[in-house]
Amino acid sequence: MTETLDELARGLAGVLPPGAVITDPVRLRTYECDGLTHHRAVPGIVVLPESAEQIAAVVRLCNEYGVPFVARGAGTGLSGGALPRADGVLVVTAKMRRILQVDLADRRAVVEPGVTNLAITEAVREHGYYYAPDPSSQQVCTIGGNVAENSGGAHCLKYGFTVNHVLALEIVTPDGDIVTLDADDPGYDLLGAFVGSEGTLGITTKVTVRLSRAPETVTTLLAAFGSIEQGGQAVSAIIGAGVVPAAIEMMDALAIAAAEAAVACGYPAGAGAVLIVELDGPAAEVAHQFAEVERICRDNGAFELRTAAGPQERAAVWKGRRSAFAAVGRISPAYIVQDGVVPRTALPDVLASIDRLSAEYGIRVANVFHAGDGNLHPLVLFDDAEPGAEERAGLVSGRILDLCVEHGGSITGEHGVGVDKSRYMPKMFTDDDLDTMQLVRCAFDPRGLSNPGKVFPTPRLCGEVPGVRRGVHPLVESGRAEQF
Amino acid sequence: MDPELINDCVHCGFCLPSCPTYVLWGEEMDSPRGRIHLMKQHVEGTPVTDEMAGHFDACLGCMACVTACPSGVRYDRLIEQTRAVVEREHVREPADRALRELVFQLFPHPRRLRAMRVPLRLSAGLRRRIAPRLERVNPSLAAMADLAPDPVKRVRLPRRVEAVGRRRATVGMLTGCVQGEFFPQVNAATARVLAMEGCDVVIPPSQGCCGALSLHSGRPGQARRFARRTIAAFDRAGVDTIVVNAAGCGSTMKEYADLLDGVWAERAREIRTVDLAEYLAELGPVARRHPLPLTVAYHDACHLAHAQGVRSQPRELLTAIPDLELREIAESAICCGSAGTYNLFQPEAARELGDRKAERVLATGADLLVSANPGCTMQITSAIRRSGAAPIPVAHTAQVLDASIRGLGRVA
Ligand SMILES: Cc1cc2nc3c(=O)[nH]c(=O)nc-3n(C[C@H](O)[C@H](O)[C@H](O)COP(=O)(O)OP(=O)(O)OC[C@H]3O[C@@H](n4cnc5c(N)ncnc54)[C@H](O)[C@@H]3O)c2cc1C
Ligand code: SF4
Ligand code: SF4
Repeated sequence: MTETLDELARGLAGVLPPGAVITDPVRLRTYECDGLTHHRAVPGIVVLPESAEQIAAVVRLCNEYGVPFVARGAGTGLSGGALPRADGVLVVTAKMRRILQVDLADRRAVVEPGVTNLAITEAVREHGYYYAPDPSSQQVCTIGGNVAENSGGAHCLKYGFTVNHVLALEIVTPDGDIVTLDADDPGYDLLGAFVGSEGTLGITTKVTVRLSRAPETVTTLLAAFGSIEQGGQAVSAIIGAGVVPAAIEMMDALAIAAAEAAVACGYPAGAGAVLIVELDGPAAEVAHQFAEVERICRDNGAFELRTAAGPQERAAVWKGRRSAFAAVGRISPAYIVQDGVVPRTALPDVLASIDRLSAEYGIRVANVFHAGDGNLHPLVLFDDAEPGAEERAGLVSGRILDLCVEHGGSITGEHGVGVDKSRYMPKMFTDDDLDTMQLVRCAFDPRGLSNPGKVFPTPRLCGEVPGVRRGVHPLVESGRAEQF
Repeated sequence: MDPELINDCVHCGFCLPSCPTYVLWGEEMDSPRGRIHLMKQHVEGTPVTDEMAGHFDACLGCMACVTACPSGVRYDRLIEQTRAVVEREHVREPADRALRELVFQLFPHPRRLRAMRVPLRLSAGLRRRIAPRLERVNPSLAAMADLAPDPVKRVRLPRRVEAVGRRRATVGMLTGCVQGEFFPQVNAATARVLAMEGCDVVIPPSQGCCGALSLHSGRPGQARRFARRTIAAFDRAGVDTIVVNAAGCGSTMKEYADLLDGVWAERAREIRTVDLAEYLAELGPVARRHPLPLTVAYHDACHLAHAQGVRSQPRELLTAIPDLELREIAESAICCGSAGTYNLFQPEAARELGDRKAERVLATGADLLVSANPGCTMQITSAIRRSGAAPIPVAHTAQVLDASIRGLGRVA
């Protein structure tokens, strides 16, 4: 550890509870990566604060020493967003997991950032409420991480992403002030700007979430198709018919095989693709839509349709889908989870191109996706023991993103940019776009201490060099911005 | 520590919320994912430091992470291998070492355990008075005294119990060290229930410890010796199915074939170990169940639910009893902190987990707690006693079934 970090660690111990500052190298290393394991850095210091005040104190000390800091929730991120800094402090919110307030009359709950997504639903379920955004990782990922990534899940097609369900945030700004951002605040939508900022605009310390009323009826249909194209056409037809399902999820044969190996989900044998369509709402409406969806699936070649009767069967249908990412571990020694978006209509084209890439590079790709909004999660499988396989898989994975951009889509649907995709940002945005984003960043974090090195491709402008910046800002110099 | 098994972990973190130590402390190093990472560090050359050993020691071996892991990581194998490495490579503090020696000289040996019952046989009042003092001298000894259940009369089991009515099967029965010494009435009930369901029950007197405690504490050599003796005892008795009523023993015995090699592995494969509830559910009931007007909270022992996947069978057996109402305990998948010898070696964490479990058990408002593992029974009873709440009676599934079949109207 450098002298600065040494000194900082002593300072941190003074503002945190006993045992909350980790400096032992063996322990530090267990924090070296998030869910994306090929980006690794052993953090300089790890702290485990228990309150907003403690986080503010940590951030102020970091400012004092000019040391960067990175927030971390459960470390399930898939873009290296919580990748630590060897010269910095990793601020872990895992001990801040109290549900502070549940207000059913106002349909809101106030929770600490380390509360898991699912814990919120569990706390209000018996009263007929739930927290709507449902990433597959909901049992473990934290609400603080969800806010940072604007996470979504299968049901976001109908109900929207995290940003649609956060009513207010308490944050510690990059210079150590505790501030509240509220959806009802007049003026700029700072709350909107903060959600999805991947830890670069400050650390969330309290989240007020919207609670949704559990729907009157839920019906889940599992449809098996001979091919992924048929499944894709069914999706387009369903949306085209004006039905907005709560969720439409698709898995291809390889993904099904993995899920089957992991959780024995018992999907129809011989399926080239399965579609999970969930409808919810008032009983009459659901019944009507259900008939429609069933007809469309059959028209598009579904060879088996199953309806889940009751919560247990529904859970069984979802089990396969939810476990899919982690389950490919059963059929492949290593894999890359990709996350991209394409317009729904481009799905068949893009899938065919992915197939071609897969054949060309000799790399298997399993496809799992939120078909309703065109959010693809190709799982690029490889054997890390085979020389060159990892590079080829990386190429395939990158080419898939190219496909998304070429078809007018996006390089990320919900996993964020982090370190992993920052290099793809120039494919989607011009330099001017990126500079404008940087201005927002600089307004919050002029010293660039809050999760530097993430989101933006190259160390640019204000943010990317830790320590106090000297001299005139290049944007100011070029006359494009004013310094406040 | 097998690198292949380590590499199966994809670092997704799905196991975190089910891990008791992560639930308590929220620290990566005390989560399954973190511990696997520590194993990886060791394989890559980092020596076993005090810190590293501490995080492995803090693992309860509850296997909740194995249930939770979608990638099928064999954490059970990994931690077993790791404990052996720690025992081999790590030099413990003298006090810690002495305590370990004491426990391993004691628990796997029924006769020594019997002798120990006398000093442990403290009245509740005396126990309360000396507890704080013991706590100061050695928290582990305090835990040991605190856990020992009130003394019961020894029950001598016959070598063979004949089936009632038509004989449907012949099975061996493991008596277990802790079960046999502290809860002999459970063994008696088990034998009766099996007999009333049409089984000849063979109880070889030469059986001893099954080796579970040694295996879970990094002593595979001792475990293998016990395993071989157990297999030989049941072989001699001429049975090929062993019914086990203690979750920890059952889960270890089911893995005998992996623990041993050569002819012993072969012999292990020829014997089928099954949990009592698993076996009864499979056999199907013949004996009539009489009503038991009770609300019952069923506790999932980790070595039954996580290690053997036995969750639905005991619940089905219980709900099939007329007038009995089953209540679920919140967070049922989280360990009570007993975990074999854990409450002796890690008394503070065990106590926190015990308190958590006691709170949730009491919240069910049930008349009776059903637990199929002697360690859990001791742990939860002592936590409830500590909480000052009115004690809730605890029985093994076998005792509840026994009471119902015999028409006692209540669980003794
Ligand atoms: C198997 C698997 C399935 C997944 N499925 C989905 C899915 O369906 N949908 C989806 O959207 N995502 C999914 N993810 C990705 C991941 O779970 C989400 O991005 C999640 O929101 C991350 O939460 P976390 O608590 O693990 O955050 P971390 O990984 O710890 O951090 C993620 C980012 O958030 C920042 N951060 C964390 N806490 C705070 C805070 N308090 N204040 C400010 N910044 C903070 C970090 O700096 C980092 O940039 C999946 C991941 C896995 C491993
Ligand atoms: S065995 Fe239990 S305590 Fe140990 S890592 Fe797994 S879940 Fe945690
Ligand atoms: S043990 Fe399994 S659940 Fe836990 S992090 Fe590894 S792969 Fe994920």
